[in-house]
This record gives sequence, structure tokens and C-alpha cells, in this order.
Amino acid sequence: MNLFQKTASTILATSLIASAAQAQLSDDEIRIGYLADMSGTYRDLSGPGGLEALQMAVEDFGGQIDGKKIVIFSADDLNKPDVGASTVRQWVDERNVDMVTGLVASSVVLAASQVVEQAGKLALISGAAASSITNEYCSPNHIHWTYDSYALANGTAKAVLANGGKSWFILTADYAFGHAMEADITKVVKADGGSVLGTVRHPFPSSDFSSYILQAQGSGADVIALANAGADTVNSLMTASQFGVTQSGQKLAGMVVFLNDIHAMGLDVTQGLMLTTGWYWDLNEETRAWSKRYEDRFGSKPGMVPAGIYSATLHYLNAVKASGSDEAQAVRTQMMATPVNDMFAKNGKIRADGRMVHDMYLAQVKTPAESKGEWDLYKIVRTIPGDEAFRPLAASQCKLLSQN
Amino acid sequence: MTMVFGIPLGVLLGQLLLGLINGAFYALLSLGLAIIFGLLRIINFAHGAQYMLGAFAAVLGLNYLGLNYWVALIVAPLLVGALGMLIERGLLRRIAGEDHLYGLLLTFGLALIVEGCFVKLFGVSGASYPMPELLKGGYNLGFMFLPTYRAWVVVAALVVCLLTWYMIERTRLGSYLRAGTENPKLMQAFGINVPLLITLTYGYGAALAAFAGVLAAPIYSVTPTMGANLLIVVFAVVVIGGMGSIMGAIVTGLAMGLIEGLTKVIYPEAANTIVFLVMVLVLLVRPAGLFGKET
Amino acid sequence: MTNLHIKQDSPVLPPQVVRERQQAAQRRKLWFYLALFGVALVAPLAVYPIFLMKLLCFALFACAFNLLLGYAGLLSFGHAAFFATGGYITGYLLSEYSGLGTELGILAGTLASAVLGLLFGLLAIRRQGIYFAMITLALAQLVFFIFVQAPFTGGENGLQGVPRGQLLGLFDLNDNLTLYYFVLAVFIVGFAVIQRTIHSPYGQVLKAIRENEPRAISLGYNVDAHKLLAFVISATLTGLAGSTKTVVFQLASLTDAHWHMSGEVILMTLLGGVGTVLGPVVGASVVVTLQSYLSNGPLGEWVHVILGVIFVTCVLLFRVGIVGWVLKLAKRNF
Repeated sequence: MNLFQKTASTILATSLIASAAQAQLSDDEIRIGYLADMSGTYRDLSGPGGLEALQMAVEDFGGQIDGKKIVIFSADDLNKPDVGASTVRQWVDERNVDMVTGLVASSVVLAASQVVEQAGKLALISGAAASSITNEYCSPNHIHWTYDSYALANGTAKAVLANGGKSWFILTADYAFGHAMEADITKVVKADGGSVLGTVRHPFPSSDFSSYILQAQGSGADVIALANAGADTVNSLMTASQFGVTQSGQKLAGMVVFLNDIHAMGLDVTQGLMLTTGWYWDLNEETRAWSKRYEDRFGSKPGMVPAGIYSATLHYLNAVKASGSDEAQAVRTQMMATPVNDMFAKNGKIRADGRMVHDMYLAQVKTPAESKGEWDLYKIVRTIPGDEAFRPLAASQCKLLSQN
Repeated sequence: MTMVFGIPLGVLLGQLLLGLINGAFYALLSLGLAIIFGLLRIINFAHGAQYMLGAFAAVLGLNYLGLNYWVALIVAPLLVGALGMLIERGLLRRIAGEDHLYGLLLTFGLALIVEGCFVKLFGVSGASYPMPELLKGGYNLGFMFLPTYRAWVVVAALVVCLLTWYMIERTRLGSYLRAGTENPKLMQAFGINVPLLITLTYGYGAALAAFAGVLAAPIYSVTPTMGANLLIVVFAVVVIGGMGSIMGAIVTGLAMGLIEGLTKVIYPEAANTIVFLVMVLVLLVRPAGLFGKET
Repeated sequence: MTNLHIKQDSPVLPPQVVRERQQAAQRRKLWFYLALFGVALVAPLAVYPIFLMKLLCFALFACAFNLLLGYAGLLSFGHAAFFATGGYITGYLLSEYSGLGTELGILAGTLASAVLGLLFGLLAIRRQGIYFAMITLALAQLVFFIFVQAPFTGGENGLQGVPRGQLLGLFDLNDNLTLYYFVLAVFIVGFAVIQRTIHSPYGQVLKAIRENEPRAISLGYNVDAHKLLAFVISATLTGLAGSTKTVVFQLASLTDAHWHMSGEVILMTLLGGVGTVLGPVVGASVVVTLQSYLSNGPLGEWVHVILGVIFVTCVLLFRVGIVGWVLKLAKRNF
């Protein structure tokens, strides 16, 4: 009954307030919803850790804007799009949430952002990889912050090609995201004069990759690219190391690899792997200081997704303060007008298609000998300038672009 | 090069060998399920969780107690087996004689609890387990590179499977077990302690799952959900073999490994689905599975 | 059995007292349902309508499942296939043909599930017990594979942004309240179909088959045909629930087709009480409420653990389910 009473009173309260005052800040509160996978596959990528980063951002901002409190709601989407969509709908309908962040699994993100668009709110997407979010699914109501599959595939593939890997074999997770990744890699490889010798599409999720690794070995390609993610990538890499892929002269390129994956697998298995990341905790003094604070609170070093959530939230709150409004388009305009300058990004800018463009980093996983600590995992090989990293607007199908 | 099904022979051989290795895993896991179903008439949905517990026991034992792989291979199954016996005594016993469904649900609930707790404690990225020194490296077979550890998996799994089969089919204890499966009341009347037999059986089934878990630890990433995805395939294997049939489980496990291996080359997208297709076909022709007896 | 040969020219009426009691029970039941209906009518004023709609969809799903498990004694482990098929077909049609009325979209989805149900039924119906469960599971996995591979389902992204459209070209279903009453009507129709089935002579035969199949065969009933019909009805209504859910959430996704969904509906039915009329409704309400409440709260990380604990407690202590337990209490005390 408690739930019902609470719900009822919230409806009453919101409707009263909404009708009473057309204030600049609705309900005299800034309300942020955090939707992520708190208990399933993507939990370690951005579950409780992302929430911690969000709370840090709010606290660093002082917990209020001109006396108006900043309130956080959080929910587990269970990786189910219907749960995600209904949670967000309930947030906007009943609690008048102004901004939704977190947002990891692409199916949940697409469902949730549709609701956000209908309700005229704002979504700051940090966890999801799919570059379609700012391409065919772009919307004036969301901004894609931390990274995307295009930038990862592009960054890593180019770097590996430059190091002499000309012929490729692609191991693809058999679902829309994997297919998109495969297409992105193929494009980059062909553009730079390389060739794709073969691909194999494995079911998602799979547990045993030995067969696919053997096929990749048999192809004789210089590079085996992994167009999959999460546990699939982890298991592919482990299998590759057991079957002596690198010893036989082939290179591995993981497209979607996160800090927590490398940490879980250990350096023995992953050393030498090239990958692209949106951020790393050991970039400079500023990132180290922030990561130290995060680690003290949460117990592990942050990956790029929590850092992105922190950055996005801070930028959002600054924009709300500057524009004196929490109306989505006013805030978005303000956010686009201000460059993003914080520990996450330098001179980051939000494009018309909703892509936050910032520098990406090409990293190589350290060898056990090089690593000086549990989390000392990457050496940064190259900084990829934002304009080079992300899909150029000219190649975008985003409907927002044609309007201008 | 000779071609078979449009695939070079060497590649085919390699894939079949890998299929056999996976099949050994399936056999080991489905054997435990089949034994439990045979005597308890319970579909043990906690089997995946018990497999995961075995792998985690190895990882934790190494990290906190410094137990090496060989010790873990003995200790982890014992621990998980003991836990299994506790579960049987404390929980499963209470629903003995009820519909199958309740055993399935109870064990499913237990699996949810265990996996949920492990996610909370260890996260989902999981942990890695170092390859034991003795089994590092591999052999070049000409058509493929075979890691020593994979060869060891096949040998270890098959030895355990055959020992289990021998124990059940050829020893006195096994004859009690088989008789208990046929008619528990009569066995009780003969003065055999059937409840104890049931407890031991469930414990043994759980221990087999844990043994498979330790075998898997060095080659797959050890995560709290590693068993959940495998479970449903292993079920299918048991059903195809005929529920409760020991040899059925072993043979079908190996055969499914091979079939899956071939599918991964010919139509990889369907690799997770092929086992269900086979199941439908088998059940249409032989309603009680390949080795099952019609009831 | 001895008085089977006695021919009764006029129906023997039960004694006056018994009849009055039965009528009183009937009246009480009627009032109870009317009260429930009244609550359902005003519920959206107090509770978030989309939440209620989700609840109704799952309640219908569980009721349809219960028809099969509770009254025909068949445990299907593949009902997710029907739920998802209804959803995908409806979602696809409504997205592709914008002029299509929502009611036609739902009808098409329901029909598709019925056809699939017939197919499943023909293949599975001769199998018994656990083999029946497993063959339905296997068939549902094949359907899942088709949904992963088929281009129209949008893969793991699912079908997004399905328009809710107009009902009969008159009512705009984008309004949550209008949609709620539509969903309520759908639920009542589905529920009534199930009630009618259970209480018809056909339903009695089903129960007889559940209790003792060999006897039903020896009495001359075509057991397979009866079971098949029950299976198809169940699949059809499951499809109706799935179609309606797609309209409510404006999306269809692979989660609906995953075997976890088949497991979830078993849980709902068992928790509420197998073979009771309102059990599945109660079970579905409890599970859906719990999921949404837990995922929004600080206990979010413990969702699976708590669900597991409920499973275990339910099996150990409430094997008859919540409604079954209440009925038992009521019987003992009145």
C-alpha cells in the first residue's frame, strides 16, 4: 500500500505544483534519473559505479542550484527495454524528472530515449556504445557523451592498420550491434588499403570460442578483430591466448574493451592488446585526483563510463545554472554553446546530432612487467583528436542535420 | 587438400576435436543432472550455479588460501558436494514426492539466490584463473594447435564420466542406486537407507558440476552467470539422451559437442540453437529420448 | 459407476437448502467480481496507469498459462514464444501500416500466435510430463532464433516506437487513460473466455483428463484433440496479452521471447495458485509490483536474490499459492 500512497501523493503534488507556478525551474527542484543495469551483464560497466559518479557530480556542484535542490532517482533496468521505458515514463509522468542519465544496453537506451523525446526531457547517454544513437536514432532530446562504436572501431582499426596489419578476420557477435561494428571495421580497413579475408558470426552470448578462433587462425589473416563485447570479448581473448594466436604472429584487436574487462582477465592474457578508450584514469594529475576520490568511495578505479557520467552531469548542471531553466531545449542549447572542459574532456563540443565530440585515446595494454599496480593497465599510445575519432557529420543520416 | 562438406579436411578435423572437448564438458554436466533426475526425480536447475560455485571455489581458494589447481580439483567438488547434501537434507527433502515442478522451481530459486549474491560480492566481470604450470603450452597436430589443457579436459572429464558409469552400472552401491530409482519403497523394505542414498546422490551430482567448474576455470572467464547460460543446453542434452539414463547423458553430451562443432563452421549463427533442433527431432521420433525407457 | 445405466427422465433437483446455498455463493461471487471491476475502474486515479496496464497484460498472460497448467495439467516451458509472436506481429504491422487500426493489429498478432500454438500443439501434444515441457522449450528456442535472425524484428534493439494508434478510428490511444480502459476491456474479454472454457462441459472433460488420462480415454474422449484445443486457446490468449503489451509500451523486444519469460509466467501462476481462477492475477500482480518496486529502490541490486527467496519460500510453505492458501483458510474458518 505504501507504494500506492506514495504514488498518489506524488501525482497530487506534481499536478498542484505544475499548475501553481510556471517557474523557471520546475517544481523548484532539479530531478535526475539514473537508469542502468544494477544487477546483470553490464553492472560492472556502469551500474552502482555510475551512480556513485553521478552523486559525486551533484555533491561537487553543492547539491543545489540557487537554493533549488538537486534530487537523484535511480533504477535498475534489468536490461529489459520495457522495464527501462516504463521506469522513465513513470519518472517523467509522476516525478517530473528533468534529465535521465546512465543508459547502457542499447535496446534499453533506444526505448528510454523515445519516451524522453515524447516527454520533451533530456537524456545524457553515457554507457551505450551503439553509434546509431546519434545517427538514424538521433533526437533533439539526447546527447551521447562518452564513446561510441564508430569511434572505437575507427580508432583501433586505423592504429592497427598503421602498424602493418593489412589482412583482417572479423569475429562478430550475431546481433545488430555486432553487424554495425563489422561494417564500420570493414569500411576503415578497405579505405586504408587492407582486406577482410573472412568473418564469422557467433551467437550472442556464446561461451566457447575455440572453434571461431581456430577458423580465424586458419584464415591466415594478420589481424583478428573482435566485433563483440563484454563476456564474449573476454572469452574470445582468453581462448586466443590459449591457442597461441599471438605467438603464431597474428594480432588481436578488441573493439569494445573496457577497463573492468582487462582487470578481470589480467595482464597475462591481455598484454599488448590495442584498444580505444574515451578516457583513462591515469591520463594526468586531474584525472588521477578525481579517480582517487572515486576509488576511496567506491573501491575500484573508474572506467570511462562513470567518468563520462560525472562529466555529463556537471556540464548539465552548469548549463541549468547558466540558463536559469531546466527546460530541455534551453539547457541543451546552453550545453551546446559551452565547451566541455573538465577532468574528462578538454574542449569537448556537442554537435547538432547530439554527439559530444572529444579526444579519444589509443591505448595498449601493459605487460605484467610494465604494470606497477592493480589498476596500472594501459599505456596511452596516441591521442585521437575528436574530429578524427567520431563519425563525420557529412556521413551522418541524422534527421536533425537535414532540417538546417 | 581434401574437402568434406566444402570444408578442408584439416579444418574439419580441428573443429571435430574441439567439438569433442566441448562435448566432454556437456557430458560431465549432463551426467550429474541425469543421476539426480534418476533417483530424486528433480530437475536440478541449480546445476549451473553449482558449476559456477566450483569455479569460484578454485579462484577464491587460490587467492585467499593459496590452494593450487590440483588441490582445488579435489577440494572444490567436495565442498560443493557437501553444500549439495545440506540443500538436499534441508530443503529438497521437504518436497519429496510432490510434482516435478516444485523441485525445478525450488532449485531455480536457489540458483537465483546464489548467483545474485555472487554478482553483488564479485561483480559480473568475474575473475581469471591462471593456467596450471604443468598444463601450459600445447601440441602442434599439423592441422591445428591443441593446447595441452584442452587435451587434459577431455581426458579428465571422460575418466570421471566412465568411472561414474562403472560405479553405477557395475558395483553394489550402484545396484542399490538403480534399484532405488525403480522402486524406492521396496528398497527401504529391504533395509537399504534410501534417504541417505538420495542425499549422497544429490551431493555427487553437485560435486560433478563443481568438478566441471574447476576444469572450466582456467579456460573461461569465471563469472557468477557462467553456469546460467550453459544450463539450458545441458538440459537439452539430458533430454535428448533420455532423462535419467547415465550412458545416454555421456554419449549424447559428446555427440552434441560434435554436432555443435560442425554447426560452428557451417552455420555459426545457429550454434546455440542446433541442440534444440536436434531435441525436437529426437523427441518426435523417440518420445523418451535416445536412451530413455518409455514409461 | 453402478448407477450409470439408470436413465433419468427428469433431472433430479438438489434439495432446496443446497440450491439456496449455491445461489448465495453465486451471488457472493457476482458481487465480488463487480467490486473488483469497480476497483479496476477507479484504479488509474490512484495508481500509475501504465503500471496497471503492464499488470493486466501479465495477468492475462498468467491466466492463459494457468488454463493449460491448472486445468489441462500441461506444463509448457515455451509460452514466451506466443507472447513474443503476438508482440512482434502487432508491432510490425502497426509500425509499417500507419492507417491500420490498433484493434486490427492486435487481432493479427493474436491470430499469428494461435497459428503458432496449433503448430506447437500438433508437435508436442502427444508427449507427457517433462518431455512435453522440454519439447515446448525447444520449439520456443527455435522461435527465438528466428526472431534474432529475422530482419523485421530489429534484432536486440527490438521494434521501437510502435504507434499506439486509434481504436476503431474513434479513440486516441495515446492518452494513457483511454488506453487503460481499452486494456482493461481486453483483459476482461480474455478472462471471460477462460472462465467460459473452464466452466463449460469441455472444461470438465479437461479436468477429467488431468486427473486420470487413461480413464478419460477409456470413456471415449479424444484426449489429444481436447488437449490440443486447450493448448491453442492458451496460446491465442497469450498472444493477445503480448500484442496488448506491445501497444502499451510501444515496443517489442527479445526479452519477451527469451526462455526467462516462460519461467516468469510459471512463477506468477504458481505463486498465485495453480488451478485457481484468480491465482494467476494475484501472482502476476505480486511479481510485477515487486520487480518495479525493487528496481526503483535501494534494494535494486538484490532483485534476483529476493525473487529467489520468494521462489523458495513459496515452494516450501505455500505450494498451493497465495489464492489457494487464502481459500484453504477461508474453508477452515467458515
